[in-house]
Amino acid sequence: MGDVLVYVETSGGRVAPISFELLGAARTLAAGLGGEVEALLAGGGDLASQLGAADTVIQVEHPALSPYVPEAHVAVLAEAIRTRNPQVVLVGNTSVGIDLAAGAAAATGRPLVSYCLGLEADGGAVVARSQLYGGKITATTRTEVPAVFAVVAGSFPEAAGRSGGKGGRATMEPPTALSSLRTRFLSASEPGGEGVDITKAERLVSVGRGIGGPENLELAEELAKALGAEIGASRPVCDSGWLPKTRQVGKSGMTVKPKLYFAVGISGAPEHLEGMRDSELIVAINSDANAPIFKVAHYGTTCDLFDLLPALTERLKAKAG
Amino acid sequence: MSKVEPGRTKEEEHLEFEGMDISGHWNRMFEQRVIWEHDTSMLDKVTSLAGAESLGFCYQCGKCTPACPVDLVGDYSPRKIFRKTQTGIDLFTSPDLWLCTTCMNCLRVCPKEVNMISIMPAVREVAVAEGNVPPELQKAFENTFNHGNPLGEPARKRADWVADAGVPVTILPKEKRPVDVLFYVECYWSYHPRGKDAARALARTMVALGVDWGILGHEEKCSCDSQRLAGEKGLFEMIAEQNIATLGKYEFKRMVTSDPHAYNAFRNEYPKLGAEYPVQHYTQFLAPLMGSLPWKRKLDYKVTFHDPCYLGRHNGEYDAPREMIQQIPGLEFIEMFRCKENGYCCGGGGGGMWLDSFTANHTSERLSERRVKEAIETGAEMLVVCCPYEVSRFEDAVKSTGNEGKLLVRDVIELVDEALQ
Amino acid sequence: MHIAVVLKQVPDLVEELEIDSGGKDIDRSSVKMKLNEFDDHALEQAVLLKEASGAKVTVVAVAAAGIDQALYAAKARGADAALKVDAGGDLLDSRRAASAIAEAIKQLQPDLVLTGVQAADDLFGQTAPYLAAALGWPHVSVVSGVEVAGAKVKVHQEYAGGRMASLELDLPAVLGVQAAPKPPRYVPVSKLRQAMASGALETVSVAPADELSGVAVTALAKPETGRGAEMLAGSAAEVAEKIAALLGERRLVRA
Repeated sequence: MGDVLVYVETSGGRVAPISFELLGAARTLAAGLGGEVEALLAGGGDLASQLGAADTVIQVEHPALSPYVPEAHVAVLAEAIRTRNPQVVLVGNTSVGIDLAAGAAAATGRPLVSYCLGLEADGGAVVARSQLYGGKITATTRTEVPAVFAVVAGSFPEAAGRSGGKGGRATMEPPTALSSLRTRFLSASEPGGEGVDITKAERLVSVGRGIGGPENLELAEELAKALGAEIGASRPVCDSGWLPKTRQVGKSGMTVKPKLYFAVGISGAPEHLEGMRDSELIVAINSDANAPIFKVAHYGTTCDLFDLLPALTERLKAKAG
Repeated sequence: MSKVEPGRTKEEEHLEFEGMDISGHWNRMFEQRVIWEHDTSMLDKVTSLAGAESLGFCYQCGKCTPACPVDLVGDYSPRKIFRKTQTGIDLFTSPDLWLCTTCMNCLRVCPKEVNMISIMPAVREVAVAEGNVPPELQKAFENTFNHGNPLGEPARKRADWVADAGVPVTILPKEKRPVDVLFYVECYWSYHPRGKDAARALARTMVALGVDWGILGHEEKCSCDSQRLAGEKGLFEMIAEQNIATLGKYEFKRMVTSDPHAYNAFRNEYPKLGAEYPVQHYTQFLAPLMGSLPWKRKLDYKVTFHDPCYLGRHNGEYDAPREMIQQIPGLEFIEMFRCKENGYCCGGGGGGMWLDSFTANHTSERLSERRVKEAIETGAEMLVVCCPYEVSRFEDAVKSTGNEGKLLVRDVIELVDEALQ
Repeated sequence: MHIAVVLKQVPDLVEELEIDSGGKDIDRSSVKMKLNEFDDHALEQAVLLKEASGAKVTVVAVAAAGIDQALYAAKARGADAALKVDAGGDLLDSRRAASAIAEAIKQLQPDLVLTGVQAADDLFGQTAPYLAAALGWPHVSVVSGVEVAGAKVKVHQEYAGGRMASLELDLPAVLGVQAAPKPPRYVPVSKLRQAMASGALETVSVAPADELSGVAVTALAKPETGRGAEMLAGSAAEVAEKIAALLGERRLVRA
């Protein structure tokens, strides 16, 4: 039986978008392998009703499963793999997925392929395309099932993962490990800060390391003002403290889909692209013609940003005035 | 004032005289007070370092202050550094440590030979060892260590500029043969777009002169003189050892280099490591040959010239670039007020090239911005330079001072090339 | 307290990566290796913990070309000891490397293992969770803040959207570090050279893990440039004009 098990990631009491992507991918894979789609919902309570794309939703409840603690969820995923014996396990390549995938793969002796952008059934195997080296290289692998795959967000359409399953339910006993965990949840924090929500912005001017330093942010801010845009940033800029984390775009920041996304001095590492590739119009400025950002941008230029930003700001002000 | 003798004073708890309160405790205010000791530990911390002893020679005459380029845009000079450390400022953690460009204008006028060129690197080395390095400078050190150049460009691409030179260039690792001149291209001419313009111009000029020359290509590494002055003597020595080994593989009669900092390193520092090469700055090499160039056109420019600190003050060469300018047909030359020995630093030396983001927070404007204003004041339309740090610094300064279109910046070799086309 | 930091080198992405003639690996002859950025942060975190509470820090790495310099640099940064793990192969994939390292960790018996959250080439999974599974220890990845308190460690885990959670683990544990509280400090070359002169690095041999059958890299390729951006060229003023025009066309600004 070529069953595909999807680990359903939740956050803030909702099903994370990546889970719908995985369910959609699972439906196609399961069809190719001659099996069904099972969704593992650990500590998710009534979220099961949203998992219509699964043929069976396997629920596990235990106080230790919520709030999220990695050790508990690895134990549950490993147990589910042992008892349900799926041929393919899909996990999101996210902060949570990084905690789980390798641990569960090692515990059950199955191969794991990470950073997957694409998956296809091929006889008794799965052919996966993964990105390595900051997105500079794509690796194609062929793995005989049973195996585990960690999938990068944004690789599959969410819509395909909302419905189409048989809607069955099952429960699984929580593994005994949950009563002797060595990890405890202490507290959670939502991003505070100025209350800016860049996910609601229609236009974003996003800065990367190429901006050079916090003293140059002014240039981007002037352009943003002229465009009526918000300011966003890549991870290194926020890690360096030049801008608050609430403005971070990417895998460990926000996912945005504005009408206009200006990427200024951003190289386009996969973790960043994940957060903005669905923007309607992407214009990228980077001195390196080979920067990966140009693969997702609609328009690009290697013009020096220190010249272009003020020139563009002037031009836009002139048009408006 | 006579010394107060405690045994012969009488102190009344309360005394009033003609309505005035002259109680005993007031007397203490009129006693002689001599400061017998003050804490010189911060100053000693500097002067006890090998190479930094001369800070203690300062007698506060102040001749250095008007000579120091940073004082014009901040509050700085060796005299001030002495006074500050004397009163307890810790130079090792002070921003003052990173503002000196080692331009040497202070040493030129100092009657006591307080030598900042020796003091600053010694103190910086200790600061770097303790982890106090401005991030931009740290990146330059790391890039130099990892890639052989402070820009962080791949070593493999160091000779890529040759492809568009329009003339063949001998890259010695590929075409090993003895040459007359080994040209040390250096990092900014190898990788920076404006530097590459100059490198190509030089290649065409060498061919026009029929010089037998070659370059080290991707085997060449930074001469690291500025990194040495910025506090990384270990890095300088390590890369120097590698450079010496590389140079040892090839046969050449002399070295010529684009970069006054490399010139300084090869002329004055490498001999200390046992490696001596006959070396010239390219202006010294080309000046006597200018007469034999087949000039094709006159260049109708009014130009002024900026003396690089490390060719001029540090190594005594002021004439060669001027001879070149005089012999390029058509140029009208105007001298800036602060020229030759009194030239005003562009801000790139001593690590300054990689401290702009730092100094921006401690100076009212950049030295290069100051200098381009001076250049424009001469009425010249073009500023001519001969150090690879300078073209980019001055072109940026032209823009940032709002003078775009008022002053062109060219390396002298670009003018030679232009007049040969 | 004894902290082990697991390091590895990855190709420096400043270089252009080429595929080798076999088509299944990158061309390693032209590639420059450098310490994995996240392992660098893990090392910095360990040294900060040492400075705060006097822990002993040992760096561990699989023996591979060029690893010696990284280990000496780690010692110059503040690590007390370095251990090379010889597992018979030069280019072990991340899973086999983790299994080899786990053997060495079992011999070292540290209280805490830190390593980078991920590396640019860990196609078959990240090191931290594999180490934890092999050692049977709890683990948390994507950590950006570590505090040790007796026999426990408190960490901050980052999630998407800027959310964070604070978790506590019983030692011994494994952490996958995303960022140290401070950027990795600079090590002057003079200190590195001193470290290199301090003697040979200790090596321990372990039996290599079997290759996991059934999974194989079939091809490496550079992503197709296919769609890509339409590049705009010209002076700043010209490009600004072009951008303003296309924004106007789409009614994103007043035309």
